[in-house]
Amino acid sequence: MQITTVPIVDYLVLDAPPHLVATVCNQCAAYYFDHRDACASCFATDFTRAQVDSTGTLATFTVVAFAAPGVSVPFIAGVVDCGGISVRANIVNVEPSPDLLRLGMPLRLTTFPIGKDSNGVEAIGFGFEPSAIAEGRR
Amino acid sequence: MSDAIWIIGINMTKFGKRPDKDVVGLGVEAAQAALADAGFTMHEIDIITAGNLMATPGFGQAVQKQLGQTGIPVYNVTNACATGATALRTAIMAIKAGEAQIGLAVGAEKLSGAGLLGASGNQYGGNAWEPQGRQGAVMELEGRVGTDLMPGVFAQIGMQYLHRHGYTDTSIELFARISEKNHWHSTLNPLAAHTKPMTVEQIMNDVMIAYPNTRPMCSANCDGAAAAVVIGDAALKRLSPEQQRRAVKITASVLTTDPWEEACQILPNVNTLTRNAARAAYEQAGVGPEDLDLVELHDCFATAELVHYDNLGLCETGGAVEFFDSGATRRDGRTPVNVSGGLQSKGHPISATGIANVWEVCHHLRGEAGDRQIAGARVGLAHVIGLGSVCGVHILEKAA
Repeated sequence: MQITTVPIVDYLVLDAPPHLVATVCNQCAAYYFDHRDACASCFATDFTRAQVDSTGTLATFTVVAFAAPGVSVPFIAGVVDCGGISVRANIVNVEPSPDLLRLGMPLRLTTFPIGKDSNGVEAIGFGFEPSAIAEGRR
Repeated sequence: MSDAIWIIGINMTKFGKRPDKDVVGLGVEAAQAALADAGFTMHEIDIITAGNLMATPGFGQAVQKQLGQTGIPVYNVTNACATGATALRTAIMAIKAGEAQIGLAVGAEKLSGAGLLGASGNQYGGNAWEPQGRQGAVMELEGRVGTDLMPGVFAQIGMQYLHRHGYTDTSIELFARISEKNHWHSTLNPLAAHTKPMTVEQIMNDVMIAYPNTRPMCSANCDGAAAAVVIGDAALKRLSPEQQRRAVKITASVLTTDPWEEACQILPNVNTLTRNAARAAYEQAGVGPEDLDLVELHDCFATAELVHYDNLGLCETGGAVEFFDSGATRRDGRTPVNVSGGLQSKGHPISATGIANVWEVCHHLRGEAGDRQIAGARVGLAHVIGLGSVCGVHILEKAA
């Protein structure tokens, strides 16, 4: 089958529905989002991949107004608590204004196209949007 | 205690724009002044430890070549924003190990106009998306999957503190008030990069960098250097009474990294390693936070200063906002914090910072801080954080 999409990172899985997967230590259950040589918590080397909840709450955020060249500003960067697993992500589909954000607010995973390469393959990004917005769209 | 280590000479150059000197020249300026302060020449020095993050490899030898080449070992160290503290601690460890009696630690940086630190170039230049690196990323993730750059990271660390400790409804003007304090302190420090007072309104209305930190709430990129001469107890005893009188005792020297904790690889955890370093330092020094007459802590952003009140045990756990609101950290308060002006106004020439904050504390303990002297200061603490992470804590005590 022709590949038409690619996730921005390999811990984003583009099934229906799209979701994030963590790399989880078989011994101590510490989780990661990068390729591991060993577990930083218990030093074990066996891991499994586990699906991360696609809903969570806003644990912290900033609105970045000044960034490196090539990075569009402003954007909301934050940490989302997805059922005890913290995920780093942009907060999207909401105006990047602190007044519209509340620590602890419910959020849900969303994906979106970012751009095509020379083979026509679309890169798919992810972010978290306010659950209220997602509800209103239904 | 017979194995005590002392600071016998120390110096900080003028911070700010220093087009008059290159980074080596700044390091030499601080080193020569520290040697003069100690009453030494390079003949007395057994080891050089040198820190510089941004420039040439072999920085220590380059300084040595302008300072005096006596053939002693030079250790070049880099450790993010704790590079200066690491150089100092390396010299202390050499003396403790019995391999040296007197060491010279120097840190220097040229950062004027450096802009945003940590911003990387885009290495994803190909025509086809190709997963790269440990996250299988097909493009630069900065700005697409959160942020790794300092202003945004430390902004989130401050906001996380508010969330965790029930301050969700606290006005973020809090951080502007912390910054106002440090800018007010800097008016008494002629060596600071910025010495003008700023009102809370001016700070709030300045250019936003990463909410809630506006530009005056961020550490100032600038040029500068600092150097210290450290000496073991036995060698100190052979010096003149006047030299001994001005010696400052290093009662604790600690370096930590972040132990693994939930989510520490999602957002850097600058809390636990600071708490661990502080706990170890208080134990080494045999003092507690209540004994500190002044604290120089790593206020790379106003949001960082808040969390370190708590991490250093200056207040009750979760009580940093009330602690600041009580006025305790102003120079006329119970525990003056960053009377130098802190990184937000004194400036943050990275590798100089971890020695410059020790210089500030020594200055007060020696009773030589002039207009900004904290009266009767006997014990002080200097703290730095480098993301990655590394924490350095030194506790200093006035000679008996």
